[in-house]
Amino acid sequence: MDPGLLAQHLFNGLMLGVVYALVAVGFTLFFGVLDVIQFSHGDVVMLGAFTALATWVGLTSAGATSPLLLLFAMLAVSIGLMALLGALMARFLVLPLRAAPPINVLLITLMTGTALRESVRLFYPQGSNPKPFPRLLPTGVFEFGEFTLRYDSAILLIVGVAAIVAVHLVLSRTRLGLAIRAVAQDSETASAMGIPFIATVLATFAIGSALAALAGVVNGLYYNEISFNLGLLLGAIGFSAAVIGGLGNMYGAILGGFLFAALQTIGAIALPFASAYKDVFAFAVVIILMAMRPAGLLAEPTAERV
Amino acid sequence: MKSVACIGVVVLCLAAIGASAKDIVRIVFIGPLSGGVSANGIGGRNSADLAVRLRNSDAKAKYTYDLVVLDDECKPNVGVQVATKAAADNGIIAGVTHYCSTVAMAAVDVYRKFGLPVVIWGAVLPDITYANDFKEVHRVNGTMINQNVAAAGFMTDLKFKRWAIIHDTTDYGKGHNKYFSEDLGRKGGEIVGTFGVTADQQDFSAEITRIKELKPEVIYFAGLTPLGVRIRSQMDKLGVKAVFQGTSGIVSDAFIDGLGPLAEGVVAFREGAPAEKLPGGRMFIDAYARQKYPDDPEAYGPFAYAAMTLVLDAIEKVGPDRKKVRAELNRTRDYDSIVGRITFDDHRQNSVPLITKFVVQNGKWLVWEDSEYASGKRTLGKK
Repeated sequence: MDPGLLAQHLFNGLMLGVVYALVAVGFTLFFGVLDVIQFSHGDVVMLGAFTALATWVGLTSAGATSPLLLLFAMLAVSIGLMALLGALMARFLVLPLRAAPPINVLLITLMTGTALRESVRLFYPQGSNPKPFPRLLPTGVFEFGEFTLRYDSAILLIVGVAAIVAVHLVLSRTRLGLAIRAVAQDSETASAMGIPFIATVLATFAIGSALAALAGVVNGLYYNEISFNLGLLLGAIGFSAAVIGGLGNMYGAILGGFLFAALQTIGAIALPFASAYKDVFAFAVVIILMAMRPAGLLAEPTAERV
Repeated sequence: MKSVACIGVVVLCLAAIGASAKDIVRIVFIGPLSGGVSANGIGGRNSADLAVRLRNSDAKAKYTYDLVVLDDECKPNVGVQVATKAAADNGIIAGVTHYCSTVAMAAVDVYRKFGLPVVIWGAVLPDITYANDFKEVHRVNGTMINQNVAAAGFMTDLKFKRWAIIHDTTDYGKGHNKYFSEDLGRKGGEIVGTFGVTADQQDFSAEITRIKELKPEVIYFAGLTPLGVRIRSQMDKLGVKAVFQGTSGIVSDAFIDGLGPLAEGVVAFREGAPAEKLPGGRMFIDAYARQKYPDDPEAYGPFAYAAMTLVLDAIEKVGPDRKKVRAELNRTRDYDSIVGRITFDDHRQNSVPLITKFVVQNGKWLVWEDSEYASGKRTLGKK
């Protein structure tokens, strides 16, 4: 294959992978601190994108025109609100059910997700229709032979990677990160050592949901379109990516995200039959990998669940 | 004697009521009023509504018509649900139904089972009328067969040689792919790759990059507006310069709104002439404007209007009885409508021989012959 085209496929895969990884990291963070699956996470991604769009609509109708200003406002509002929403969900839906069987948390978050999705569909004006998302980034193009790289795509890729690196730094270099890791390893001992359990959990959910909001905005800016049900597939893919990488392990989630994107890309280009089967192919490979390594590719060595 | 007088008074009163207030007859319109193709559904709904309003304001009409509007969301399961709702309601005499082929295909059985005569106003899959012999199902718009014969002929005449095909994997996309591929083969065009995609897919970068490698001159897309918008915009992101050729499913203002300048030079084909060139088009456009609907009638509005008028005329003629209306619709021959003469064949399919070629120029769907592309001022792609 032409090296330019190969680079193009690689870039497409990376772009998909970054969005998946952003979502998967959220799943894995929540599982790390509380051992719960937050199934409305995909819909938080969607809500983040819609919040950004609503901010854009509000500001442009108020007369704002500078793309840079709009972009920052959209990101700030969307990330801020989703972080708050994540913390609220943790405080009022997940934490009260700590003593209940895990299946209850799974159900309550699944239902929250449906409620979020249907609310956007019903209450956002014309919410059932796909919404055009504004193009706010420069649209110039680099051409390297067959490889076309748009500035906006490149910026989005860099922003996504930077966000993942930033979360990694927070987790590994700060006191908050230390607290999150301590709670993830053993919440009771962490509490005994004076780490505020509830505050740490809330912070974790806020960080994970903020990443979801960023994923939503990146997704919107990349495809220039969002719809109320975009969280469904993204949630399923993000969750599988987290599981395949090893739930609770952040590097696993990132690896899982990129792996899933690679599988989809390979599915679309290498399979001789209709590319409609690329998701079938990618999920089938995930099933096989999970059968071979039930704990995920990078299983947590400390994941002793008693 | 007293009782006879009483009865006489009652009869007189009833007669008086009969003379002043007409019987109310209910008919149904079904189309996609929400979801990605809702612009077409709403345009169709308004056009059908226009036909009903005009009839209700006509003093000569025998009945007052009450239009029931249902939303099929362009989803087969929802379509079957609302079709059943309408068909099971004996107060509803006839219907003008469906823009989406997959939905129409799923719903025709329901109309058959409950005996509700319907006229399809937008769905183009041939099987809707031809796969069964359901006397309840009629169609005023043409099928995708004629559309693709014309499309293949036209594009090969323009000296294009290499195509890549992206189609959605619904009946609609697969049908278009089949008929277009067959006819293109006959006319000597080459298909370098065919890609089936799901109807709600978001990312096409892998398929389009693969297409970039195959270097087609034209990308033929068989699917509806939302997917068309995504594919055309991702083609641009990946630097694919091929001509984008669509089917009737993208001939809508929503397609241009979703793409802005990227829509320039997109070609597509549709049965029938555009509204302003139809025999009764001027009348339709003016009447539509007078009702001040907030949305455009869109490409299939005139068909919805013609279908509704046809149904109303049948009810006027034979009365509000499903069986009689069905028989009357079955008999339709050389019926004058705003989309031209309507004649149903043995499968109650109207033949619409005329296929119009459209191209987007300066943010508008123009008839090819009227465009600067036809006059040679602009050229499609890099030819």
